[in-house]
Amino acid sequence: MVTLTIDGRKFQAEEGQTILEVAQDNNIYIPTLCHNEAVKPYGACRLCLVEITRRGRQKLVASCIYEVEDGLEVKTGSDRVVGNRKMLMELLLARCPNNKEIQDLARKLGVEETSFQKDDNQCILCALCVRVCQEVVGVSAISLVNRGVDRQMGTPYYEPSDVCIGCGSCAYVCPVGAIDFKDVGDTRYIKWPNNKMEFKLKKCKTCGSYWIPERQLEYMIEQTGLPASTFDNCPDCRD
Amino acid sequence: MANKQTSNRLNSVVKLEALRNAILAERNPNKPCITVCGGTGCLALGAEGVIAGIKRGIEKGGLEGKLALRITGCPGFCEKGPLVVIKPENILYQQVKAADAAEIVSETVKGNIVDRLLYVDPDTGKKTTYESDVPFYKKQKRLLLSDNSSIDPTKIEDYLALGGYAALGKVLSNMTPEGVISEVKRSGLRGRGGGGFPTGAKWETCRKAEGEKRYVICNCDEGDPGAFMDRSLMEGNPHSVLEGMIIGAYAIGSHEGYIYVRNEYPLAVKNAEIAIKQAEEYGLLGKNILGSGFDFSVKISRGGGAFVCGESTALMASLEGKVGEPRAKYVHTSDKGLWEQPTNLNNVETWANVPLIIDNGADWYAKIGSEGGRGTKIFSLVGKINNTGLIEVPMGITLREIIYGIGGGIPDGKKFKAVQTGGPSGGCIPESFLDLPVDFDQLDKAGSMMGSGGMIIMDEDSCMVDIAKYFINFLEGESCGKCLPCREGLKRMSQILADITEGRGKEGDIDLLERLSATLVDCSLCALGSTAPNPVLTTLRYFRDEYEAHIKDKKCPAGVCKALVAYSIDEEKCPGCGLCVKACPVEAITDMGKKKPVILDKEKCIKCGACYDVCKLGAVIRK
Amino acid sequence: MKAEVKPTGQKIKSILARHQSDPGMLVPILQDVQVEYNYLPREALVLVGEGLDIPLSQVYSVASFFKAFSLKPRGRHLINVCLGTACHVRGAGRVLDEVERKLGIKSGETTKDLKYTLETVNCVGACALGPIVVIDGNYTGEMTGSKVKPLLESYK
Repeated sequence: MVTLTIDGRKFQAEEGQTILEVAQDNNIYIPTLCHNEAVKPYGACRLCLVEITRRGRQKLVASCIYEVEDGLEVKTGSDRVVGNRKMLMELLLARCPNNKEIQDLARKLGVEETSFQKDDNQCILCALCVRVCQEVVGVSAISLVNRGVDRQMGTPYYEPSDVCIGCGSCAYVCPVGAIDFKDVGDTRYIKWPNNKMEFKLKKCKTCGSYWIPERQLEYMIEQTGLPASTFDNCPDCRD
Repeated sequence: MANKQTSNRLNSVVKLEALRNAILAERNPNKPCITVCGGTGCLALGAEGVIAGIKRGIEKGGLEGKLALRITGCPGFCEKGPLVVIKPENILYQQVKAADAAEIVSETVKGNIVDRLLYVDPDTGKKTTYESDVPFYKKQKRLLLSDNSSIDPTKIEDYLALGGYAALGKVLSNMTPEGVISEVKRSGLRGRGGGGFPTGAKWETCRKAEGEKRYVICNCDEGDPGAFMDRSLMEGNPHSVLEGMIIGAYAIGSHEGYIYVRNEYPLAVKNAEIAIKQAEEYGLLGKNILGSGFDFSVKISRGGGAFVCGESTALMASLEGKVGEPRAKYVHTSDKGLWEQPTNLNNVETWANVPLIIDNGADWYAKIGSEGGRGTKIFSLVGKINNTGLIEVPMGITLREIIYGIGGGIPDGKKFKAVQTGGPSGGCIPESFLDLPVDFDQLDKAGSMMGSGGMIIMDEDSCMVDIAKYFINFLEGESCGKCLPCREGLKRMSQILADITEGRGKEGDIDLLERLSATLVDCSLCALGSTAPNPVLTTLRYFRDEYEAHIKDKKCPAGVCKALVAYSIDEEKCPGCGLCVKACPVEAITDMGKKKPVILDKEKCIKCGACYDVCKLGAVIRK
Repeated sequence: MKAEVKPTGQKIKSILARHQSDPGMLVPILQDVQVEYNYLPREALVLVGEGLDIPLSQVYSVASFFKAFSLKPRGRHLINVCLGTACHVRGAGRVLDEVERKLGIKSGETTKDLKYTLETVNCVGACALGPIVVIDGNYTGEMTGSKVKPLLESYK
């Protein structure tokens, strides 16, 4: 167990916990975008930066990655932290001025307008979709391509992927709704910023509803080794 | 040459020394040897023709018994390449052409000197015969580079003849790993790649760290544009780097190493591969080195063209087959690096210093240089300077001594304006700081850093806003794109600087650049982002008036930014010689006949500056 | 653009074997593939991914990250103009402009007849002799705008 101070208050924490985990456990707000409990921390959005004092020196660290130490002093809302957060938000707003989640977050952090030329993106390149596809689903159908200002997310060559199972985890985990996902009749449509795919849905033998992409089912059967008949019925109709 | 045996493997230090003596016994130190620089620089100036010519001359005259030819690495005086040094006297010939080869052969065999190829000191007008008398070399202390003109990097025997691998022998027979670390610590050696971290302490942390395997890496990515120190060492003396790595691996307890070479250095890759093969053949690398029981092997990996891979965690990611994305360094790579194992990464020049320290002792080494930096440092002195090339000097020497004492000052009578040190992570230092000593700590005072050793000199014709824009554009193209402040921030800085240099600058731009810079410094994930603002911040600090001229007056005082300058002809000075007419790529200048001034069509003019460059009479006005 | 290539499994297998099918050596493996085919054909990426047991998306990520790689067919002659700082200060920008003008393409592009590909590089380490242009591995130093035409002509 270690003892650390956050915004003047003392907390006990277990070794190996990150500052963010301790803060969230104790209802202290630190903004995040690229963080999700389901995957390893990435440290890319930099919104979770907090100011720590260590050996008499102050520096900003990513609270989603930095592990707590005994005697650590953390400030989540110092002038330095707040000032930087606002500039980061201005950069985000310039990148995605028409995205609702980004607009809401900006307002919450006290940023009304951006000083920069506006682009028109939806994707914030937090890579949660890519990380979930790799670490949780295990299919790695999508990745981050190119580098720097040309960076995008997508399937190889932005073409339909042989390995995508249409599970929609990427759309689910996206913090800003940049991935479109809808089921219409017997088809699932997934639309990423640079391409889209369609998936045939399986029909429930009992109630007739279309409930899962056939490709996803094939993947589950392969992974679990269960007989295909297990999935003849949708979850509602299964006993 | 050593006798052809079934195996050249040396299984003891005693055998190594015996081999060395055998090599020396076979060589006649008085036999004239024509050494020609075969480094990338001289090759670009036609050294291949010189080499071929000399080969031909020796063969034709049947002179193999009397004259030797050796193709060597870079001796550093690139401005005057192709370079030829006649051993053993060290007579220096400069700007040698293929057509000169025959005469060099015939005169050298007679013991004569080819006068016209000697270097002429521009200050005295006198010719200098010997390498050491050339002012460029006089103030240098070439502990690492001097061997470059004495060895053929593709022949390990040359390195052995100069005492190579004796340090390794000493380490394996007389020193413990802890003893080696202690010696390196005492020497005061600090990393030469830019970080300046105490090398001995880094080795110690790595040795003590928990892990099944330990790795050592040589960083030859040398991404700073304008810097080519590592290229020269790796091309010209790869064994010096290898030997350092083997000693380091022994000290740290590592059995696997990597040399990561930038993709843009094919000759360095080739020579390193040859060196590794030859070292393995002789039992100096691989299993049971010199019969000591210590195993260590090295692989070469090439970069893919990414400046960010010079950053240690990005380099390691690339070695793992991933994209070159850095990660936070809250846990150091000495503890968890390549494949999550303790890893020690050092720069090429750092490794090359190790055999020197072991050979001569930490006390000897610690006497060289200054408090802020022990030993020598190799710099690449380039840009608007008379003597461009590589120099090696003890740290603590001042910028002024380097630029004027060694560099020979600014060409064409132009005025010095600034020196950029530390590459894209460094800053532009103006004249007022020229008496600062150069080492790890002092250049911080001016807002810059020594960095890996690139020194780019700028004169009155350089626009400092353009330079800042250049570096930001460079970094924008090299950003990995992972973190928000670097990726988006550099894009916006680039847009603002483009506006300023293209006449769209406005009130508030400088303030915005400064605020944005502060966020990159504080919030970037790695040093690429956090040091990216340095060129902008230093140029704002020392050349703010240039920014203001661009923004308020829409003028570029140095006459560089195309949108803000116009070219015209001074009719009184123009004699109608037509040189500019020929030079113009878009035929915007019309010849009006002899003795009549030419006419420049401003509509057609693309502002490339070719006419300005070619006119020696100052008849082209650029404002 | 035509001249796309279908690599053979045999060739890719031998390249992988040269690097002991070590997934850590993905970048050098892709470099060897590019030396073989003058660019990275799609099928090659698929075969490399299969051979190393790495998802195609990750191979593609790496191939698109590093500037050394081209995912499109390249010309017979590769022209590299160095834009390092020392070359920039000595006027490399003007040399690039002139090459672009003469070839009718911008940096990163290939001429329609697939003869020339023009790329820029951020320092080849011959800084004392800038501006530098490298064509098919041959270095020419002290380039100026007026030297571009004769240099290109020697690579017909």
